[in-house]
Amino acid sequence: MIAHLFKSFFLVEFVKAHWLTLKYFFKPKATINYPYEKNPLSPRFRGEHALRRYPNGEERCIACKLCEAVCPAQAITIEAEPRDDGSRRTTRYDIDMTKCIYCGFCQEACPVDAIVEGPNFEYSTETREELIYDKGKLLENGDKWERAIAANLAADAPYR
Amino acid sequence: MPNVTVDGIPIAVPDGATVLQACELAGKEIPRFCYHERLSIAGNCRMCLVEVKPGPPKPQASCALPATEGQEIRTDTPMVKHAREGVMEFLLINHPLDCPICDQGGECDLQDQSIAYGRGHSRYDANKRAVTEKYMGPIVKTVMTRCIQCTRCIRFAEEVAGVEDIGALYRGEDMQITTYLEHAIQSELAGNVVDLCPVGALTSKPYAFEARPWELKKTLAIDVMDGVGSNIRLDSRGRQVLRVLPRINEDVNEEWAHDKTRHHVDGLVRRRLDKPFVRQGGKLVAASWDEAFAAIAKVARSAKGSVAAIAGDQVDCETMFAAKSLVKALGSDMLEGRQTGLAYDVSNLGAVNFNSTIAGVEDADAILLIGSNLRWEAPLINTRVRKAIKRGARVFGIGPEVDLTYAVEWFGNDASLIAKLPKAATDAFKDAKRPMVIVGGGALKLDGVQGAAMGLIKTLKLVSEGWNGFNVVHTSASRMGGLMLGFAQTGGIADIVAAKPRLAFFLGADEVDYSGFEGSFKVYIGHHGDAGAHAADVVLPGASYAEKHGTWVNTEGRVQYSDKAVFAPGDAREDWSILRALADACGVDVGFDSFDGLRAAMITAVPALGREGLAGYDFSAPKLDAKAQMKLGGEIAYPIADFYLTNAICRASPTMQRCSSEILHGDEMLEAAE
Repeated sequence: MIAHLFKSFFLVEFVKAHWLTLKYFFKPKATINYPYEKNPLSPRFRGEHALRRYPNGEERCIACKLCEAVCPAQAITIEAEPRDDGSRRTTRYDIDMTKCIYCGFCQEACPVDAIVEGPNFEYSTETREELIYDKGKLLENGDKWERAIAANLAADAPYR
Repeated sequence: MPNVTVDGIPIAVPDGATVLQACELAGKEIPRFCYHERLSIAGNCRMCLVEVKPGPPKPQASCALPATEGQEIRTDTPMVKHAREGVMEFLLINHPLDCPICDQGGECDLQDQSIAYGRGHSRYDANKRAVTEKYMGPIVKTVMTRCIQCTRCIRFAEEVAGVEDIGALYRGEDMQITTYLEHAIQSELAGNVVDLCPVGALTSKPYAFEARPWELKKTLAIDVMDGVGSNIRLDSRGRQVLRVLPRINEDVNEEWAHDKTRHHVDGLVRRRLDKPFVRQGGKLVAASWDEAFAAIAKVARSAKGSVAAIAGDQVDCETMFAAKSLVKALGSDMLEGRQTGLAYDVSNLGAVNFNSTIAGVEDADAILLIGSNLRWEAPLINTRVRKAIKRGARVFGIGPEVDLTYAVEWFGNDASLIAKLPKAATDAFKDAKRPMVIVGGGALKLDGVQGAAMGLIKTLKLVSEGWNGFNVVHTSASRMGGLMLGFAQTGGIADIVAAKPRLAFFLGADEVDYSGFEGSFKVYIGHHGDAGAHAADVVLPGASYAEKHGTWVNTEGRVQYSDKAVFAPGDAREDWSILRALADACGVDVGFDSFDGLRAAMITAVPALGREGLAGYDFSAPKLDAKAQMKLGGEIAYPIADFYLTNAICRASPTMQRCSSEILHGDEMLEAAE
């Protein structure tokens, strides 16, 4: 009873709360100035998809369709036929990024590390149509992000 | 009946059964690569190892071991599992790990069985064997590095297809499967080796890299490439049928399908009619359905009953019945399905049926072929004849000599031989318990042949208790159905030409001689832009067999149903709905409003079409005009000039074109090149 009177008379809770506020006021900030500053990303970060190439420029994808089969959102569509040299290649590789749930199963399923989810997460668009990626867009992503993707894969390799 | 126990389950197995078959009867799955129940036993993959007592204390290959009285078979011991794992490891030593680019991936025996018996890692670090690709023709693609040397393809070619084109070179690890001098396989059954191959060494060339088995929709259908009515499965994705696989039906096609069945599918998306056309000023001009119907209705009103319908080779019974209803409503009964001009007597359907049944061919012990190139007209009946020969039957032939893959004693190409058979044949038939005559379309075209062949029923005693050896083989999938629905005139198509109909409907009829229909207003309802559409005044785009439900009757009178796999392209509609809408445009009533209603009406008219299975015609030889027999004679010509290009779908298919030019005309091409 007396303790309660003491607490309410001297506004102990009030002072405590302000102390907490002051503590955080002088602490370094947790937020960052986003477009100019960025958080570090894990090598396992699953961002925008990319189709990779071999160092000699040959596309890696062999149209095995395992990513298409494993995709839980059924976001991937592949069509394939023999290329002029007889090798198995895709004629169509579409990912509907609006369907994609970024689970990363496609890159887990890929036997040749062709489809990967790269570190890029800044690819918002103004229309939905732009989020339906075709093979050209994905290969372009691969070319653009190859160094970062390769570094991530190398960093994660010991744990696989 | 030896009594054996399999994993403690006592079971009686038929005489001559192998241990593997005994295990299957007991419900135990035995892994295997080289064993196939329709081929001879090779025993060279060693995957089917089991433990058998009494016997040596080691695992034994169950496929090559006869089951004997008192055997104790064990399929579940650690020794068996260990032994199979060992075999699997040896098989995988030289098998490349290229499943992701292999077309067999997802339906591969080696993949499936390595899940149960694979070690999951390899102890082999030397270089794997590499084998050069072999050329096997336009149907079979080879990746010989994947071959596990089960020799199923060799045995199939030799035993079932009857061409000794595939063989093995060298021995042991160096063994290579190849075709003779790397020629294309000279068989119309070549595609079956693709199904038989347990790995991805032999895959389908036209289907290369097209799709994975798990993304395909499977539809049960009936083949329309010939009159056999093979049971098939259409594998489709989206709006396109990508491949055709045979289904097992012991009574019809066993588990085989010929190359035309398998590989015509790329013709289903080419040269399709996808909108109505009306001829204006001598040219076909694209039109709307209403315009096309208006043009037809105008003629129909003035035709005053002078209307005919001619069915092609790939028309289902429902379409024919709908056309029949329409023609009847317009006041006519001129219907014909034998578009090439055959005019045999159809007063008794049993007399133009394959009465012994297709499976029954195997039991025959003396067979006379009259004007039938079975290998092209019905390849899957031809394989049955081969089987009969293996069981000791003798085969005689009247007609131009052709290679039917087995020994035929040819008498010459003269139809008059039917009436006075050489002694060799009459002697053989005298002793025969199950004699059989197979009459082909080539012979029926000649006057008097039907009557003369009917005469053989008595002279060769073809019909006895439980056996009817009088067979007619039809080349058209719609023939028996058409005959059951009354698509036959006494004088054949010539009667219709003579009647000069004002309005003529052609249901996918591309083999008709259109010069006889100069004065008629020709309406073509079909799916391909072929001869029929070329000659027509109005073209209405219909659905192919893969794009509609249908009832089919094969050459032995077996009623079968097929399902719709995909939708018809563009503005094309299912044929029955076109005919129904046309009836409205013409202002007549055909008595059905839906597909179910149409089918019900059809079954009411012809009850046999409502029951799956043999229609069972009452057989009685019709009394034929004796005068016709007097004229008996003349040379027989086979109806099929090019096996791979017999109908509009095939003619539109690049694969079939390639087969025709390479397999049938390959030598001519080589000569021309030289």
